[in-house]
Amino acid sequence: MDTRLTLRRITKAYPSVVANDSIDLDVLPGEIHSILGENGAGKSTLMKIIYGSVKPDAGQVFWNGREVSIANPAEARKLGIAMVFQHFSLFDTLTVTENIALGLPKDTDLHALSRRIRETAHEYGLALEPERHVHTLSVGECQRVEIVRALLAKPQLLILDEPTSVLTPQAVEKLFHTLRKLASEGCSILYISHKLDEIRALCHRCTVMRGGKVTGICDPTEESAASLSRMMIGSEPPAIKAAERLPGETMLSLRDLWLEKSHPFGTTLEEINLDLHAGEIVGVAGVSGNGQQELLAALSGEDPRAQPEAIMLNGEAIGRMNAARRRKRGLGFVPEERLGRGAVPDLSLAQNILLSHQNKTTIRQGMISFGAIQEIAASIISRFKVKAPGPQATAGSLSGGNLQKYIVGREVMRDPKVLIVAQPTWGVDVGAAAQIRAELVALRDAGCALLVVSEELDELFEISDRLVVMAKGKLSPPIKRSHATVDLIGQWMSGLWDSKGTTSQEAVHA
Amino acid sequence: MLKLEKRPSPSALMAWLSPVFAVLLTVVCGVILFVALGKNPVTGLAVFFLEPIKDLQGWSEVGVKVAPLLLIAVGLAICFRANVFNIGAEGQLVVGAITGGAVGLYFDHGEGGGALMITLVLLAGMAGGMAWAAITAFLRDRFNANEILVSLMLVYVAQLLLSLLVHGPLRDPEGFNFPQSRMLSDGFLLPNIVNGTRLHLGFVMAMVASALGWLFLSRSFAGYRLQVGGMAPAAARYAGFSSRKALWTSMLTCGALAGVAGVAEVLGPIGQLTPSVSPGYGFAAIIVAYVGRLHPVGVVFSSFIMALFYIGGELSQSRLGMPNAITGVFQGILLFSLLACDVLIHYQLKLRK
Repeated sequence: MDTRLTLRRITKAYPSVVANDSIDLDVLPGEIHSILGENGAGKSTLMKIIYGSVKPDAGQVFWNGREVSIANPAEARKLGIAMVFQHFSLFDTLTVTENIALGLPKDTDLHALSRRIRETAHEYGLALEPERHVHTLSVGECQRVEIVRALLAKPQLLILDEPTSVLTPQAVEKLFHTLRKLASEGCSILYISHKLDEIRALCHRCTVMRGGKVTGICDPTEESAASLSRMMIGSEPPAIKAAERLPGETMLSLRDLWLEKSHPFGTTLEEINLDLHAGEIVGVAGVSGNGQQELLAALSGEDPRAQPEAIMLNGEAIGRMNAARRRKRGLGFVPEERLGRGAVPDLSLAQNILLSHQNKTTIRQGMISFGAIQEIAASIISRFKVKAPGPQATAGSLSGGNLQKYIVGREVMRDPKVLIVAQPTWGVDVGAAAQIRAELVALRDAGCALLVVSEELDELFEISDRLVVMAKGKLSPPIKRSHATVDLIGQWMSGLWDSKGTTSQEAVHA
Repeated sequence: MLKLEKRPSPSALMAWLSPVFAVLLTVVCGVILFVALGKNPVTGLAVFFLEPIKDLQGWSEVGVKVAPLLLIAVGLAICFRANVFNIGAEGQLVVGAITGGAVGLYFDHGEGGGALMITLVLLAGMAGGMAWAAITAFLRDRFNANEILVSLMLVYVAQLLLSLLVHGPLRDPEGFNFPQSRMLSDGFLLPNIVNGTRLHLGFVMAMVASALGWLFLSRSFAGYRLQVGGMAPAAARYAGFSSRKALWTSMLTCGALAGVAGVAEVLGPIGQLTPSVSPGYGFAAIIVAYVGRLHPVGVVFSSFIMALFYIGGELSQSRLGMPNAITGVFQGILLFSLLACDVLIHYQLKLRK
């Protein structure tokens, strides 16, 4: 039988790195094939080569047994290859429908397309409003647009780059169901993920990459998560021990936080109540777009419209203060977007220190102390094992995972009293993710109060002391991690919580 | 067919060399232009690039033009780095000339003056430029009005205001109805820094502005905040840097520098208020700012080139009988060449197979 897709000795070198070194890959019709590897292993480059957006330096591509040269994504789509990118290629100022129409013939009827988008989205359980402008969408919603865009084309090969991070556990099951159905209809699926459990549950075959080379091909159902991760990074990630802890004093408290949405497609925050204690991690679960962005902005000070007393930091009303003033009072924040928000891409790592370290060491009489920021940057790079040429490297030149390590490191080094972290390990490889989580736990043990917003339930269950769920702008009552189950949290993600019952349950256990 | 392909890593060296290539390309275009007009290109280029600087007198005249160009370009570099697209520096210059000139005329009774008085007049010009820039800043801040349009339209308002004043209240009663003010007396004029030339103190002020601008942008935390706001607004919000502060700081700084440039023209080479105090320095400075890579020291070199174009343009009219559009043509070619060269920093040309 012919393979759907075969790659032979694909090689692609960039000026500084060989991203793909003689890669072989076989994907059968109807096969769900996973590509596993750390960030920088060359997975993305390989996918871009298959999708025609990058040209290989050498090697052959066979499509249904015939050698092809895929010059651009349009040709790839013509062959029947669709791709959902990890980094979205969407235009902010266009609507969902218009964005999807860009990849289609010019005479597409937008109304009909809009209807098809709604239907396809509905079929796969992906809530999506085709009329919305992309700039109003959260990261998770953007990814939904990409998935629906790919599915609309009825592809023969679907490439998915970490698609499940935005879905509830129930929706992941639903997506897997869809993918299995697609596969049974003969569509091949290339599935890139760092979630080993998912790969083991879903995929028929797995190609492991490390440092631009294929290091193994296996049947993931016959491997354990530990053995897979060993193949990928060469060692096992450190496990984090769960231990019951006594909460310290209240560091951050939210009292009846209401916040009107700032744009038509935002989420209004309604009656948010939460106490965050020293020495605990509270995890915020929920499907993205349910008010997490708004809550984070209200907490960080990027959106200073809240009632002053609605947000109390260590007994002080901070609802109206900007981010710099809150930071002076001991708040730290790691935002969801690394480039352009957590760091300025065109500035050096050293200069990016000044975004959050604004004190007497870094600024003297209004002048930047370059020696000091250089030193801080260098110490973050060495302590957090950031792969970077040095403090002078621009933030934009780092890979996503390394930049995330740097930003988390930068905030951790400030010794904040309260640290708010959004998607700590989004798109970060297993090794770096484990390291980041360990740092957060170490910070908790040192007495910091942490609020972690994540779309990855596994992660929240791993590090949190208590969990809350956000849905439709409201926050569920907190529940101890030891009492929470994936099913319960998944149910809460749809907004179905019994506020009275659980509060009393909480009171019993408190 | 040719196509543009993004370079994996843009060269920093090329980013700095691009303006040099742009100038060379402008020279090449100049040669083509002279040939097309039936002039000897060698003489043509000599008039533009050698004649203006063949002696001290020539150098000093170039310096006279560098002064306003450099002052404004430093201000614009600060604005553009903060992503505040103030293109109305010409208007701020004109209003600076008006307020400074008016204060000078008010106190000037044919005698007196001196350092204190000149300082007062300069401050008045600075305040005028800042006030004009403040209108744009306010409308942008309060109503989110587009600063490009507002500042540009205010240029024409400023020019009409100047015209109104020199035709009316500020007209010299003994000036045979010419639309111009009295000449300021010597005590009110900026002192010359080289004897026997017109090179005045404004040149020194421009060089100081360039040095201070460099200090502000590359060494101060205030300058850092401003640039983060320009490069990544979300990061500025994350850090807690105020975008309003950046808008006001950059607009007022640029307005102040443009205002000084305007009043320095009145107190320097012109000596009175006339309907036209500037041959478009405020607009030319936009090109100067970009050719100088929005760098307060880089603009020193680009303002020198631009000053050459001004003088070369005048000379080629008298020597070669070229039309007076020649300066504008050269400015335009320079800007286009720069934009073309800048594209090649980030992209490379490839033959599509």
